[in-house]
Amino acid sequence: MLKTLRWKIILYAAITVFAILLLLPTFTSQLPPWFMKIIPTDKIHKGLDLQGGMYLLLTVEGEKAVESYVEQIKNNLKDDLKERGIPVGKLETEKPDRIVLEFSGAKEKVDNLLSQRFTMLRELSPSSGAGGIWKTQLVLDSKETEYVKKRAIDQALEIIRNRVDQFGVSEPEITLQGTDRILVQLPGIQDPQRAINLIGQTALLEFKLVDEEGNIDEALKGNIPPGDVILYQRSVDSQTGAVRKIPFLLKEKTLMTGEFIKDARVSLDSQFHEPYVSMEFTDIGAKLFEQITGANVKKRLAIILDNNVYSAPEIRERIAGGRAQITGRFSTEEANDLAVVLRSGALPAPVKILEQRTVGPSLGQDSIHKGIVSMLISAALVVLFMIVYYKFAGVIADVALVLNIILTLAALAIFRATLTLPGIAGLVLSVGMAVDANILIHERIKEELRFGKTVRAAIDQGYHRAFSAIIDSNLTTLISGIILYQFGTGPVKGFAVTLSIGILANIFTAVYITRVIFDYVSLRPGVKTLSI
Amino acid sequence: MELIPHDTRFDFIGKKKYTLWISAIAILISFGSIFLHGGLRYGVDFAGGLVAEIKFSKPTDVSGVRSATEAIGLKDAVVQKFGGENEFLIRVEKSSSDLEAVSKSIQTSLQEQFKGNPLEIRRIELVGPKVGRDLKEKAMWAVGLAFLAILVYVAFRFHEFAYGLGGIVALFHDIVVTFGVVSLFNIEFSLNVLAVILTIIGFSINDTIVIFDRVRENIKKMRKEDLVTIFNVSINETLGRTILTTGTVMMVVLILFFFAGDVIHDFTIALIVGLITGTYSTVYIASPVVLLWEQNISGRKK
Repeated sequence: MLKTLRWKIILYAAITVFAILLLLPTFTSQLPPWFMKIIPTDKIHKGLDLQGGMYLLLTVEGEKAVESYVEQIKNNLKDDLKERGIPVGKLETEKPDRIVLEFSGAKEKVDNLLSQRFTMLRELSPSSGAGGIWKTQLVLDSKETEYVKKRAIDQALEIIRNRVDQFGVSEPEITLQGTDRILVQLPGIQDPQRAINLIGQTALLEFKLVDEEGNIDEALKGNIPPGDVILYQRSVDSQTGAVRKIPFLLKEKTLMTGEFIKDARVSLDSQFHEPYVSMEFTDIGAKLFEQITGANVKKRLAIILDNNVYSAPEIRERIAGGRAQITGRFSTEEANDLAVVLRSGALPAPVKILEQRTVGPSLGQDSIHKGIVSMLISAALVVLFMIVYYKFAGVIADVALVLNIILTLAALAIFRATLTLPGIAGLVLSVGMAVDANILIHERIKEELRFGKTVRAAIDQGYHRAFSAIIDSNLTTLISGIILYQFGTGPVKGFAVTLSIGILANIFTAVYITRVIFDYVSLRPGVKTLSI
Repeated sequence: MELIPHDTRFDFIGKKKYTLWISAIAILISFGSIFLHGGLRYGVDFAGGLVAEIKFSKPTDVSGVRSATEAIGLKDAVVQKFGGENEFLIRVEKSSSDLEAVSKSIQTSLQEQFKGNPLEIRRIELVGPKVGRDLKEKAMWAVGLAFLAILVYVAFRFHEFAYGLGGIVALFHDIVVTFGVVSLFNIEFSLNVLAVILTIIGFSINDTIVIFDRVRENIKKMRKEDLVTIFNVSINETLGRTILTTGTVMMVVLILFFFAGDVIHDFTIALIVGLITGTYSTVYIASPVVLLWEQNISGRKK
């Protein structure tokens, strides 16, 4: 009996020491490097509600990616039909994933083309009308649609990661949630608005020609020439803050996009000391840019970012070397962020913010401070109460309570779980149940002593009898904790994690650790009474 | 030390004809309040919308902040003092339009209104309506499934469906009453309050199981007694523990109430109520349900 007891004490002491070692990094940062190599844990991660920072839940508008993909297919189809000399009456995209085609002539030629080069399209209800005119609808294959959406999300995730990395936040977390949502967590961020702009900007850079023949005034009245669009240049007066919008009549066709950008940097204008962004194209991009500029000398080329015209300089000569500049009235910060988004590339589809939670660093500090103070007060009172009410047995219970908290926190550290406010609620519940377990055992032992049993027998019976109540109540709570974890979202999960771990620690500390101490005390020779 | 004399024999179950009325009235008031308030007052977390907590560096009053929100055409924005000096809470509910833009314009409008009074945005929460619905739905599913699991586990461990049922009915009672108080005090149903509800479920079922466990034990010991007596004896035998545990936890919650700050004030009110009803419901809801079932449905009239 005494021998197994000794082994138990050694085992439990080892577990306790190990748990404390795991927690050391949380409480001090001044640990020797060799220690950090042995101990696998880091600090316990505090949730954004506790340390301040920004939580952003984004959704990628996959339909938009599908739309632009279908638009691209339509353009290719147009070129191919033209090449083959097939007269086309109507060729339009219809949202979200359809192309309506009207042509005359041989149906086989078109069928051939479709089956060779456009396998991603399915043909619906072709019909021949009067005069040999065919009408048909082409639909993007549903598998392809899914693939395009999924690719858009994957790309968006990658690009956002890239942007955040360059923004310089410590320990950012960017993860996929479900199938179409991206969760971005930026702890301790100073300027949330800037981060949102940076992350959420689509950053689609386009080069389009200005329609020099078209009449802008007529176009603004509604008579837009076919194949043209109106886009605006926004300029903000730095003194009055008034926004001016200058309209541009542009050819709809995009000559080149930002996908060929190799690098983008902020430079400083030598004359006005205004920052601008200079871009360097990839080899293919450089050739394309040379071609475009060569073919359009004396015309104006508009540089458009997310449908805003930034500038529309005249092409003076063919530009070789693959460089271009974006000027505008940027602050250094704006220019810097623009360079970042251009470097990391355009999002394949716009993103929308579903949920944003920002906690300023001072509020996080406040809640931690107040939380810790009230926790310490209540912990002290509980500890004191147990000793006053149960005397020596109360001390044993207190040891178990403290150990419970240590073990739970150590488990959080080793599983790299995050501690949030609801998480603290879960911890409080599990500590409450630990108190309850101890009270159950003590009341039971007292009862047995009242029946006149010896100290040994009373302890034995007390534990034995209280065990089923403790196990049943803890297991019930554990089961619901696991279900809440499985099916709950963010905050419910945080609650469930600390609760479940706390319950497991509770069963161990309240039932096994306290038992060893009771046994150790009562097995000494000559023990006739128990201080309880 | 002994707080409750160990030979206390109070006729708890005998009082059930009065307490049933108390519970019925409490539940009626709860539903009545929820109904009259037009449902629970969902916070931004569940309803969708925007909350901003701002702190000015110099004193100012609510009307100034309100005029800043009115200047940008937000008529349904709620502005209130919150926490310490110069701190305000702005809340815009529903707002299906672009929340991001609303958030931006509030910030610029405030900065314009209070030019000589720099402000700090301490917290911004912006929840799209779809996310709020998702959260609500998922939370309900999680709680519902947890209930089912509790029902099955308790019925299995106590070899009797009635015990599982009793526990669950008591949980429902506690949740309804807590929701009632949340509604009566016009507390916003937020994620924090959801955490409270989960905590209350934990405590309530814990309490119920402790007493059921004693009943399970006493049924074997007191074969000649009827079930009502066994329940009464069991409740009395565990009374010391019930009061000690509830008292200890209540002490902790009261400390949180007084010291932990405004942020969790609502949280602690709900917790205090839940704790009381969780303890009460074990004796006066869970036990009578088991007794009723055993006496009338399973036909064991012992």
